Formats: sequence, structure tokens, C-alpha cells
Amino acid sequence: MSLDKETVAKIAHLARIHVPQQDLEPLAGELSKILDWVEQLNRVDTEGVAPMTSVVAMPARWRADAVTDGGYPDDVLANAPEAEHGFYTVPKVME
Amino acid sequence: MSGLSALTLAEARDGLKTGDFTSVELTQAHLKAVEAARPLNAYSCETPEKALEMAAESDTRIAAGKAGAMEGLPVAIKDLFCTQGVLSTAGSHILDGFRPHYESTVTRNLWDAGAVMLGKANMDEFAMGSSNMTSHYGAVENPWKRKDDRKAKLVPGGSSGGSATAVAARAALAATGTDTGGSIRQPASFTGIVGMKPTYGRCSRWGIIAFASSLDQAGPMTRSVRDAAIMLGAMAGFDPRDSTSVDAPVPDYEAVIGGSVKGLKVGIPKEYRMEGAPPEIDALWQQGADWLRDAGAEIVEVSLPHTEHALAVYYIVAPAEASSNLARYDGVRYGLRIPGSSLQEMYENTRAAGFGQEVKRRVLIGTYVLSAGYYDAYYLKAQKVRSRIAGDFRDAWDKVDVLLAPTAPNAAFGQGEKMDDPIAMYLNDVFTVPASLAGLPAISVPAGLSAEGLPLGLQVIGRPFDEETVLRAAHVLEGAAGFDAMPDFIAGG
Repeated sequence: MSLDKETVAKIAHLARIHVPQQDLEPLAGELSKILDWVEQLNRVDTEGVAPMTSVVAMPARWRADAVTDGGYPDDVLANAPEAEHGFYTVPKVME
Repeated sequence: MSGLSALTLAEARDGLKTGDFTSVELTQAHLKAVEAARPLNAYSCETPEKALEMAAESDTRIAAGKAGAMEGLPVAIKDLFCTQGVLSTAGSHILDGFRPHYESTVTRNLWDAGAVMLGKANMDEFAMGSSNMTSHYGAVENPWKRKDDRKAKLVPGGSSGGSATAVAARAALAATGTDTGGSIRQPASFTGIVGMKPTYGRCSRWGIIAFASSLDQAGPMTRSVRDAAIMLGAMAGFDPRDSTSVDAPVPDYEAVIGGSVKGLKVGIPKEYRMEGAPPEIDALWQQGADWLRDAGAEIVEVSLPHTEHALAVYYIVAPAEASSNLARYDGVRYGLRIPGSSLQEMYENTRAAGFGQEVKRRVLIGTYVLSAGYYDAYYLKAQKVRSRIAGDFRDAWDKVDVLLAPTAPNAAFGQGEKMDDPIAMYLNDVFTVPASLAGLPAISVPAGLSAEGLPLGLQVIGRPFDEETVLRAAHVLEGAAGFDAMPDFIAGG
């Protein structure tokens, strides 16, 4: 599976990582090499095999649907690059 | 006092108990060693004041007869663990200045057991790497040197390379590591120490900065198998805050140390004999089997037919999970923010500047294999092959109690090698990844030296939640190997 520049630009956008124009081509080469390598999995017969969804065989635990944590907005905001009036702040998203 | 940093964890514990020295003395000796070890770059953040404060509290508890299992013992903490009020960066620029307001469960358990924190150990960025070359805080240097090339700087392996180097260089009695595809075992092998990844679910993942959630597992890195047993006991335990934490009692792991392997069935997975593998790796593996046979174990050849595909599965599953986990680094809630003219641009600028090359590569691969139209072909297929790999191990447990294998296909390599070929770097984990995919407990024990004079480890893999048998077999191997070679660089006196 070979990726082209356009596909890499699209993935980079989905991943919200800015990739400069001149880096798209080399990156396409690197990623294609990795994808070519993982293509080997198509040789494995997985007919009727269920995908692994749980590493350790155990049922999911139940718990009460109750609030057990919270109430310390200052702690939550303490590491924010920008915060105001108890909120995270971001660049304007609406005119 | 000199010589204190050369003790094992068990010796230091016993010395504290009998009053031969205090935790403050032990900690001071280690802080000196941490300073002396600075050229290796093993620590990304030192916490000497905190260490001395914790040591003084330990001395009070020891005097009051209230010592915990790790009381007064100074350790290093991999920088993937969130530690309250102490810089926690995962080796990434994007977590610049991040000081969590909470403590990870594993470190909380260690502090509750009385352990003393020396600082945070350097690591590959977001635990992605096998060389410790990808940290924002610079490469870590292995304290070992090739015997006929003392100049070349070698890697300590990764991603827990700072932890491994600190322990090997005697700049910590022990350290925490985390293992996603081999990140505890491979650096342990490269630095001549013991590293154990317990069963998935044994140690809580809460407060550990997530890389690949279905694989990540914390474990001890120590200078002896007994020390690994002591430290694992203190780290492990049920935690309701981690939905995959297993609600099962933690056995007394140290109690199995010294047990016999008479009658134990040890499997040799034939698919681990790789074409082109260095003969010295094969020879050491054979030697390991002979040691266990001489101790009374029965050696049985077994087959794990899907082994050759484990790495490819790993390099779909781990990046896929990483791309989801690392979505949280958006310049809003913590760490780095690079401004942009819109919210979108701020995200893209922040993540472009904050992530290193390998992290970006994996996030992009992960995004691609999860994207519409490709999910079934890559991710779903990989999870099906993963079921096959786990099934191979289940079949093996019908015939044997543990498996014996090399830890890594080579000894430590030079800084800068394998950097331009991601797949060559990924191959370092060829022997460790299968057990990770199946969630099994596995340990690396230093077993011999390569022709270049570098340490090589052997790996014991066990049934789920049977860390006890793994430790028992590992201790017998350790005794037979009698590994007593020392690295070039020793920080402590």
C-alpha cells in the first residue's frame, strides 16, 4: 500500500499535526514502507477468528453511577497554558 | 557512608531493619550517585529535597516499628508516571512544565510502602522507542562499553532506558519501568539488570501517561530477581480507577525465591530461532535451557506458529491506540501551546512543535489504520491475528509451565545506529512483543556477555497471573548464570 502526498496531508489534518509541504513526500515514503511491511498480515488465515478485544479474560466490572470525584477546578486548570474565570481559554471559534 | 549504593534492594532493606544505617544515610549516598551519573543523562528531573524529606519520614517509621515493604529505599521513577507536584513529561516537549495535581496509583503504592523518590528517569518520548534516542531531554547513555571500543557511546535500550541506566550504574537501588512491547525487558537486557513486565492488569495503569492502553503495563527494574519480587509486590494491586485492573490478591512474591524448578516444564518456542540471528544469542539461549535442565526442569520444544507476525500486529495496534491516547495533547489543558490564527491552527502548530519525529510517525500511522475505509483491512485484521498469537500461547500452556527465550536479538548498539530505518529499530522487540500482545508476565535476567563484552538477557514468559513461577524459574537462571560483570561506569561508591 503506497501512500501519496495528498493522503499524507489528509491524515496529518485528521491527526491535527501541521506538516510542511516539503515534508509530505519523504513522510509518504516512510509511512508506505511501514504499511508495506504490515501487509504480511494478509497471509494469515483469520477466517472465523474473533478480533481480540480484551487482554485478560474477565467480565467488565459494574459500579454505581455516582459522582465520586471532582470539585477542584483550580487543580484542574493549574497546568493550562491559558485559563480565565475558571475556564480553559482557546482562540476565538465564532465571529 | 560508602558502598551503600552498591547494595541490592533486599540488602538495603535488611540493613535498615538492623540499624546498620539510616534511610537518610542511604538516600544521601544515592543522591551523590545521582549527581555523579549526570553524564549518562539517566534522570530528566532530580528531586533531592523530596528524597531527603521522605527518607527522614521513613527513619521515623522504622524507629516506630512501622516499616513498609519498601521502607526507606531510594528508587527512580520513569517519567511516564504522574507524580504529584513533580515534573512529569513522558520525555516529550508537548508536556513542558506539566506538574500533575495527582499521583499515579503505582507510585502511590510505592510511597505507601515507604519508598523514597530520587527523581524522574529519562525515557523515549511517550515510551515509543528501543534506544532512548527520542527523548526531548536528550539521549541516555548506557553505562556499559564495548571491551575493545571504549569511546563509542551505546544506547541503554528503551523506552525505560533512563530507569535501566540509573539501576545499572548504581544511581538508584531500583526503578519503575513500563513495558508496551518490550520497554522494560529490552533495556534490562542491554544494561545487565533484571526487568519484569507483570501480567496485564496486575499493576494499575491509572496515572501512567497512556501510550497503547491494551498493552501498557508497569513493572520493576532491579539488580536481582529477589529485588524484582519485592518491588512488584509493592507496585501491584487492584485499583477501581483502572477498569482493566484485576481484582485478585497480590501473592507474597518474595516467598517463591529459592524454590526449586524440579519437574517444571520449560518450553523452547522453535519459532524464536530466527534466521540470521547472531550465534551468540542462540548459544546463550541453549545454555539457559541447559542450566534449567541441570536444575531438574524438563525442556520441551513447543511451537508458537504466529510469532513471525507479532511485530506487524504490534505496529498496527500500538500506533492506533497511541493516536487516540495522544489526541488529548491539544495545547488547551496542559503543556505546550503554540498560537495560531484559529483553534484548528493552534492545535496543528502545537502538535507539530510538541511531538518528535517518531511520535508523529506513529500517530499518523495510527490515524490512517483507524480511518474510514481502512479500519477493517488494518486494525480489525491485526486484532484477529492478535487473537491467533494469544491462542498460540494458550496451546503452549497445555504442554509447559513457562517459556524460555532470548530477550533481544542483539546486545546494546551505538547511539545513532538504526535511526534512519524505523523497521530495523522495531526488530529489537521481536522476542518481547508476542508476550505483550497476549498480556503475559515476562522477565529478563542477565545471563551472559556478548563477544563485545556487553550484557545479554534471557527471558522467562509465564501463564497469566503466574508471576510466581516466572520469578522462581528466573531466580534459578540467575543463580546458574552467576552474572557478576560490572558496567564501565559506576556512579556510587
